[in-house]
Amino acid sequence: MTRPTTDAVLEIDALSKTFGGVTALDAFTMSVRRGDIVGLLGPNGSGKTTSFNAVTGIFPPSGGTVRFDGADITGLSPQKVYAAGIARTFQRSRLCLPLSIFDNIMIGNHGRLTKGLWFNLMRRRAFRREFEQGYEDARALVRTFSTALADRLFEPVGALPMIERRRIEICRALISRPRLLLLDEPSAGMTHDETTQLMDDILDVRGRIEGLSIIIIEHEMGVIERITDQCVVLNYGRKICEGPYAHIAADPEVQRAYLGAE
Amino acid sequence: MSTDTQTAPRPTWLGLPPLAVGLLVVVLASAYAWLFLHAESQVVVLVLLAVAALAAVVGGRTGADRVLATAMSQHSRAMNGAIVAGLLAVIALFATDHFPLLMLTTVLLYMTAALGLNIQFGYAGMVNFAGAAFFGIGAYTAAVMTTQTGLPPLLILILGGVMAALIGFVLVIPVVRTRGHYAAVVTIAFSVLFKTFLEVNDILGGPQGLMVDSMKILGWDFNASPVLFGVEMSFYLNYALLGAALAVLAFVFTRRLERSWVGLTLDAVRLDDTASACFGIGITRAKVLAFTLGNVMVGMAGALYGMMISFIAPTSFTFSDSLLLVAIVLLGGMGSPWGTALAAFIVIVLPEKLQIIQEYRFLLFSVLVIAMLLFRPDGLLPRTVRAYIPGWRAKP
Repeated sequence: MTRPTTDAVLEIDALSKTFGGVTALDAFTMSVRRGDIVGLLGPNGSGKTTSFNAVTGIFPPSGGTVRFDGADITGLSPQKVYAAGIARTFQRSRLCLPLSIFDNIMIGNHGRLTKGLWFNLMRRRAFRREFEQGYEDARALVRTFSTALADRLFEPVGALPMIERRRIEICRALISRPRLLLLDEPSAGMTHDETTQLMDDILDVRGRIEGLSIIIIEHEMGVIERITDQCVVLNYGRKICEGPYAHIAADPEVQRAYLGAE
Repeated sequence: MSTDTQTAPRPTWLGLPPLAVGLLVVVLASAYAWLFLHAESQVVVLVLLAVAALAAVVGGRTGADRVLATAMSQHSRAMNGAIVAGLLAVIALFATDHFPLLMLTTVLLYMTAALGLNIQFGYAGMVNFAGAAFFGIGAYTAAVMTTQTGLPPLLILILGGVMAALIGFVLVIPVVRTRGHYAAVVTIAFSVLFKTFLEVNDILGGPQGLMVDSMKILGWDFNASPVLFGVEMSFYLNYALLGAALAVLAFVFTRRLERSWVGLTLDAVRLDDTASACFGIGITRAKVLAFTLGNVMVGMAGALYGMMISFIAPTSFTFSDSLLLVAIVLLGGMGSPWGTALAAFIVIVLPEKLQIIQEYRFLLFSVLVIAMLLFRPDGLLPRTVRAYIPGWRAKP
């Protein structure tokens, strides 16, 4: 089944990544339409996180192209990929634990902060205005997830439970107003109820931000069924199936590879 | 302090409001510093040490530390003014005594240098075991320029910092490309190289070292004893005042840097460079910036130190001295400027006062640093969560 790609925000074409002799990603092709939530599935080691890392420039792909909003972003540095409008979270939480919630979210806002030394050190009045603006933005964003958390912005992240950390991580990715959000297993290490809450948050965020597309790596089938518009299944670095949840769930190869059916 | 101070009742100590407690602490600390620098007998020194330990414990138990922290954030202007006044008062009380002023100025200059290392190490996470080398670059720059050129010494002071930064650029490529231990090893190698280079270099005086001319500002020669109210003061008074100005400047600089987006960027780079890169932070730019700013501060402190002691030799800038600077940062608390100030005082003054430990000072500080890392890894005065604007409260 082919989908129209005219409104595609992200087009990955024949993307490959090899580490020495190991092919982690093998001619992987997928596209994401504007406003869609796409689930990326596959057993452990099937290349899901590798595809995120290759897209965001953590390491350069071995082959293939990545186009974002029509522009070729293949092999760009992480900084440039971020500047283009792609933000992500990480499988293993990568927050700065000793820093405050506000600090962590502002790291995500780096692209819009004034970084000049003179401005930061000497023009303290102007800095204060920028700080207050940042505070209002961060607070408004955190409030969409949790009002209680929005009143604790100057507490260290290290003291928070996992679900709050995940929320902060998503806020850090969203504050830069990206057009594409990559969520790498946001439910890892959380209980069933926490996962449900977080997915509600994600759906809510998608509803609020016009045109935001999301790719989410997730293992739990119930979650995938509930929140995704499209799914892509990987196995041994290769795409084995794509389509809406009902389609991939019924696919015999997916069942063999992923659901563990004989 | 976190924002919950906006609803919590204002903390008090013995019924005193925060500002009163803060001012009282400043007065007591200044008096203590004066007594300590004044103390000659070993018994008095030991008693004073016991008093300090007791005060720290009692202050912690009775909540004075939290009230003090409130004073520092809610009344930052008044507190900063009081602290500078306290420092000037201590300098004034020793106006005629050479030795305490020399010690005090050394503390202020080591504090300036350690604040520079703190930007590199505490914020950007780059361990620099060549602190003494960059201090020495500043001092040697001062030696050559004060004796060979007619440049105004105040400009030479700045050039000492610039020179340290320039030579730092040579190191910056291997330091930025390597991580953690490897970067540290690069700086250790540089530290050893620097001393060897000085010893074999005849133009720079070889092992005998060089004379450094005095600081002069508009005809005011710092090596001449100023006469005030008919009393001849120690010439170290000049250096103490300029050293205090330099230390205050370095402190304000560090503070403002921390309380800005630049400080946030450096923290992010230290804590997670992969995530930082994914949010657009230029890792190399941040590290080069931190390394350069730090070296400028270390170099300027070294230049003034050279002018003050008026004679420098390679043995003044050894690897052990670099370790001493790193020990100051660790002891005070990484990223904590107040901790750096306190630790500089302890590390410089204690061995001078407590003659028993003088021989074993490196041993003692090594043990102290290991003990700190084991039992109090955040240092004597741990860094608190960043408050961008002191005393700022969110509008409800």
